[in-house]
Amino acid sequence: MFNSSQSAVKVIRCIVCPSGCTITATPDQSGNVNFEGYTCNRGLEYAKQEYYEPKRIITTTMRVENGFLPLIPVRTDTPILKDKLKDVLKEIAKIKVQPPIKMGDILIENVLGLDANIIASRNLNKI
Amino acid sequence: MKKYEADVVIIGGGSAGMAAAIEVKKAGLDVLIIERDYELGGILLQCIHVGFGLHEFGEELTGPQYAQKFINQVNELEIPYLLDTMVIEITQDKTVYAVNNKDGLIMVESKAIILAMGCRERTRGAINIPGFRPAGIFTAGQAQRFVNIEGYLPGKTFVILGSGDIGMIMARRLTWEGCEVKAVVEINPYVSGLIRNQVQCLEDFNIPLILGYTVTKIHGKEKIRGVTISKVDTNFDRIVGSDRFIECDALLLSVGLIPENELTLNAGAELSSNNGPVVDNNLESTIEGVFACGNVLQVHDLVDMVTAEAKRAGNLAIEYINERYGKEVKREKQIRCIAGDNVGYIKPDLINLSDISKETMFTFRVKYPDRRIQIQFRDKENNQLIYKKNKVYVIPSEMVEIKLNLEENQIDTGCQHLIIDVVPRPEVLIEEE
Repeated sequence: MFNSSQSAVKVIRCIVCPSGCTITATPDQSGNVNFEGYTCNRGLEYAKQEYYEPKRIITTTMRVENGFLPLIPVRTDTPILKDKLKDVLKEIAKIKVQPPIKMGDILIENVLGLDANIIASRNLNKI
Repeated sequence: MKKYEADVVIIGGGSAGMAAAIEVKKAGLDVLIIERDYELGGILLQCIHVGFGLHEFGEELTGPQYAQKFINQVNELEIPYLLDTMVIEITQDKTVYAVNNKDGLIMVESKAIILAMGCRERTRGAINIPGFRPAGIFTAGQAQRFVNIEGYLPGKTFVILGSGDIGMIMARRLTWEGCEVKAVVEINPYVSGLIRNQVQCLEDFNIPLILGYTVTKIHGKEKIRGVTISKVDTNFDRIVGSDRFIECDALLLSVGLIPENELTLNAGAELSSNNGPVVDNNLESTIEGVFACGNVLQVHDLVDMVTAEAKRAGNLAIEYINERYGKEVKREKQIRCIAGDNVGYIKPDLINLSDISKETMFTFRVKYPDRRIQIQFRDKENNQLIYKKNKVYVIPSEMVEIKLNLEENQIDTGCQHLIIDVVPRPEVLIEEE
């Protein structure tokens, strides 16, 4: 659960609202982390998530064979660990899918064992 | 010439057009959508990132997902639409002329028209970068279409001018596709887009953001091989000696959006300072029975806001057909809204005096960021403050929405001009909103 940079001071810019508070996370010797600079509880929650386990939703395209369009937009159905982004993108790049495809169709199940599926963002018919 | 008839013609099959059409169809009226692209969905289809639908659907969708949900509704309701069809003229009597490859010239007679053509990007010409015109210069949205829909990469190493949201989102997208983004260069001393995009699209990938600089020279004659960027002063003039060369094989421009209103203008409607049509509090343009919604009226922050505005426009068009169409209604007195201090534009431009007992939805953008301000609505004729509201901050990238009942706020019925100012908060008022 803890990332590799846990012992270092980390500066996190809050994205919860356009105020954009700068939050500093400072770990002490016993491993407790002190968060400073947030101005609301949602900001603190965001900072904790960003500090311990930053996650992102991946959105990219997948190649399509004999489709109405050459690509289909895809996404992960839940956020995945930020440092796995590149590996997941490489997995997606390996695959070519066949239409017809419907929005929500699972194109890669449980990608790299990360408990997230790659799903289609739209319908796509044959050529 | 092929002829159609519809109660309401909707020009544009993007998020605004589809939402308006659905409202009209549900009320039992005949509606026709005319779309110039080969499928419905509009710009959402190329915005494959997430961030859409939190208000409308309560979940974070991608652009194509958001569009698909509306396309599905259009199909379920069997709303007719013409694809690959370009509207070339609309007239004051609500006749629409369009062309396509199958039918040639098309004429559609209607009772009301809803303008939903969206907006387009400002280009190199709009920002006057001098020099040759080599290959490799794109607007951010153009590059987005190449990468996300057509499947082409327009370059390998990029400089992005302008820190608008599309530019920052493209910086991440191109990085994910294996390209190198050398820098995002912004002429203002602040970022134009959302902080969320600055963090997740630039800082996540250590893409340099260079504030207070602009591109002053494009290098290369046949193909771009780099740009010179220079620091600017407060008048945006180049500071001599601050030039830096950055090598790149593509330059993306993310320097703003303009409502697309050639049809509106040719029809004889009045446009306002944001290039959107002048509308009253019923979203009706200066041509009776012609309504506007979505980015053709004003560029919105969120598609959810476009949808909400388009639903309103749909219902107002229905109300027009049921209550006013075909009747002699004399032009009533209107209050004109004026964008004052630090206000770029204000919608609506006009308020019907007979509607002041209803709630008016005001929307505007500030010209520059500011903190601890007060929004003031003033009656110009008697210089009376009608309404004030404190806000902790305002930024140009965030549209301000204010719902206001002018009658309850004691507006004088003799008021002809309403001025909206965003000013420093008077010292005596220290309460937060």
